[in-house]
Amino acid sequence: MNDFIAARSQMALSLGFHIIFSCIGMVMPFFMAVAHYYWIKTGEPVYKNVTKAWSKGVAIFFATGAVSGTVLSFELGLLWPGFMKHAGPIFGMPFSLEGTAFFIEAIALGFFLYGWDRFNKWFHWITGVVVGVSGLASGILVVAANAWMNSPAGFDYINGEYVNIDPIAAMFNAAWFSQALHMTIAAFVATGFAVAGVHAFMILKGRNILFHTKSFKIAATFGCVAALLQPLSGDISAKDVAVRQPAKLAAMEAHFKTEKSASLIIGGIPDEKNKKVDYAIKLPGFLSFLAHGDFKSEVTGLDKIPEENHPPVTITHFAFQIMVGTGMAMMLISAIYFFSHFKQKNWLKSDWLLKLFAIATPLGFIAVEAGWTVTEVGRQPWIIYNVMRTADAVTPMPGITYSFYLFTAVYVSLAVFVVFMLYRQIKMVGKLYDKY
Amino acid sequence: MLYVVITFLWASILLYLLLGGADYGAGIIELFTSRKNKEITRKTLYSAIGPIWEANHMWLIIAIVILFVGFPVIYSTMSVNMHIPLTIMLLGIIARGTAFTFRHYDAVVDDMQSIYNTIFAISSFITPLFLGIIAGSTVSGHIDPGATDFLSAYIFSWLHWFAITVGLFTVAICGFLASVYLIGESDNDHDRLRFAHKAQFFNIAAVVCGMLVFAASLYEHIPLIEWVFGNWVGRIAIISATLSLILMWYLLYHGKIGLLRPLAGFQVTMILLTTTYKHFPKIVLLKGGGYLSLMEHSGQEKTLEALGLALLIGSVFILPALFYLIYSFQKRPLEVH
Ligand code: HDD
Ligand code: HEM
Ligand code: HEM
Repeated sequence: MNDFIAARSQMALSLGFHIIFSCIGMVMPFFMAVAHYYWIKTGEPVYKNVTKAWSKGVAIFFATGAVSGTVLSFELGLLWPGFMKHAGPIFGMPFSLEGTAFFIEAIALGFFLYGWDRFNKWFHWITGVVVGVSGLASGILVVAANAWMNSPAGFDYINGEYVNIDPIAAMFNAAWFSQALHMTIAAFVATGFAVAGVHAFMILKGRNILFHTKSFKIAATFGCVAALLQPLSGDISAKDVAVRQPAKLAAMEAHFKTEKSASLIIGGIPDEKNKKVDYAIKLPGFLSFLAHGDFKSEVTGLDKIPEENHPPVTITHFAFQIMVGTGMAMMLISAIYFFSHFKQKNWLKSDWLLKLFAIATPLGFIAVEAGWTVTEVGRQPWIIYNVMRTADAVTPMPGITYSFYLFTAVYVSLAVFVVFMLYRQIKMVGKLYDKY
Repeated sequence: MLYVVITFLWASILLYLLLGGADYGAGIIELFTSRKNKEITRKTLYSAIGPIWEANHMWLIIAIVILFVGFPVIYSTMSVNMHIPLTIMLLGIIARGTAFTFRHYDAVVDDMQSIYNTIFAISSFITPLFLGIIAGSTVSGHIDPGATDFLSAYIFSWLHWFAITVGLFTVAICGFLASVYLIGESDNDHDRLRFAHKAQFFNIAAVVCGMLVFAASLYEHIPLIEWVFGNWVGRIAIISATLSLILMWYLLYHGKIGLLRPLAGFQVTMILLTTTYKHFPKIVLLKGGGYLSLMEHSGQEKTLEALGLALLIGSVFILPALFYLIYSFQKRPLEVH
């Protein structure tokens, strides 16, 4: 592994780690707010227990998310000084606003976690909602910064100089809306399915049924609504990418040759040397429809793009397939869930539905990681699309490989710790909360 | 707007030093406390900073964001030449943040607790040590952006006596801030006396480390004495800090603890002021007389406009909420069992 690949891998690792915590930090507060609302309204103690148990989970995730985020803000410079020297002043606006959002989130979390029986109950409830809202705001802002790397705006690039900088225009770049929408919904899908899955599993094991049933219902409802919306927003993203970054779309679809009525490829193994895809199912015309809303339209293939600007096709294609596949699976589960909710109440009590959810626990997060791989790997070899190459941005310091090994070890042990911690939380639910 | 941005940068560094510093200090105290008293230190600490814990560490992020948005050349130069100490500091931040959370939220209490505690205490020492080393290096003239060999570009930029003594000084200051802070949080005379002794210990440690810093500066030809005593601002700040220290010991001796915290805060503010005032706006002094200046190496006008505005608007939201948070938990501290 050379230092350049090590730097890319370390960045990917840190971001892939952080995104899990940030999704949970953005979404769990809303689940808590619902449980908390029921507690205030009905006075049923189980809702208070759910809120408290969840809030402990959130505290663990928040702290881990905060340290991994702090690491990221240094890593941008440690690994990509060439990028930050020019990009910092242009795409910094969302980061400076994000500072405020983080602060509000941290303050509100202080009120919420330590505020039980101390404040007016509605004030306390509101602080929980504020945690969620500011978390969402910071997620949207940082995605706007990433969107700028995909569709640079707000500056002119003249003779290697970045002039006429306009940070506001940079923030509202062409990609920010589709990416922020898709990311926000993704956070709800991923967290909803993960939480619902864990509670479904506990119901199946017959532990603290009341507690886990109430928790399951809240999480599953959020997750399933979001999972039904996600493919729609994914379609918006795909159409957007088709216009902005044809190379990325071509890589996602392993679409080697420019053609009209292009076929959508499902599955298959791209053969980058011979520019073809083996063993794929082809749906003629569907790619044209997906990309431009018209079965006949022309879709740019990799042949129109200079070789040195090709992103890695295989990774991008597989990642895209995984995202769409898991997305479809979750959409199906959601449809079943709502169908049983409105038409077949007895299904809700059946083991197979719970088993389905238990199996689906990791699907949302798998989709999130895959989706980010599509976005980031699909942008290669550019760090700022069509402006700066990733290879020109990397730090001159040798030995990044060791830094990558070190951070891998740290993140792996951290992940083990967090899982261990959650396992202990869940194991203790009976002791702490099952007085009813 | 440039001045607004610089003010925010300076203020966030100061607040991080004071609030984050007291927080690190609490871990450092644990490191220097007998086993028997550790538990009480931990509880006092937790009831004192639990609710504002996250907020204390936000100041570092604010400072970093200001640097990379407003002063990208300074940020990227530092990131390259300080890569190694920054990485160590980050590992410290990761270890400490997670250990702090885990030891509080672990639902099962068993042997794991002592592992968390050890990690917490050690990383509480390492992190400010390296923060200090980085800070010391910025003005030491050892950073050489033109260097091509590994050792002078990435190692000797920070591995020298001046930086190390500044690191130790920072650690002592953190311990001092935390002890003074905890005096006010204790609910009985016994603990109060214990923390007063700790404050004394760290105060002496800070003075000793301070002298070492001066010695190292002479040894490495860094005009620190000139910066501190060569101008009126420096002289007044040092004299008033010394006077306030004497006043502080007088008050402590007489059991009046109300003013201790503001006085300790004042002393640290004065130290930061004297050390930054003279060479402002050059915040990084490079090898061979070059420098990076907040004036000459700032971003373009429009960026600073936007950044300054974002900071001003942000503080309108943040400051009242933060004060209310601190006020609420000051009035009725947490009961930790
Ligand atoms: C629960 C997660 C999840 C699910 C079910 C889906 N996605 Fe997704 N997708 C993401 C989570 C995600 C993401 C991780 O959030 C990404 C990465 C960057 C972004 O903005 O969102 C993403 C990116 C992303 C992009 C690239 C955007 C860009 O580079 O600007 C496209 C084209 C799609 N998605 C399309 C889809 C389609 C057609 C789906 C149909 C089911 C789909 N996604 C399901
Ligand atoms: C798409 C990617 C990202 C999303 C959606 C995201 C979202 C979030 C959210 C919601 C939080 C709140 C923490 C929590 O509740 O657990 C957070 C924390 C943080 N993030 Fe990220 N983030 C992303 C990438 C980044 C990047 C690239 C950086 C650095 C440049 C970064 C810096 C931070 C920092 C410093 C924190 C800690 C602040 C705190 O404690 O609230 N994030 N992020
Ligand atoms: C949290 C969600 C994110 C994930 C999982 C993610 C994933 C990745 C991956 C896989 C790479 C490596 C690509 C490659 O080298 O082939 C990468 C690179 C990078 N990402 Fe992201 N990314 C995320 C969000 C962001 C955000 C919000 C930013 C900045 C605002 C960002 C900035 C970068 C940079 C600077 C690189 C290195 C340069 C490059 O490879 O182009 N990422 N990321």
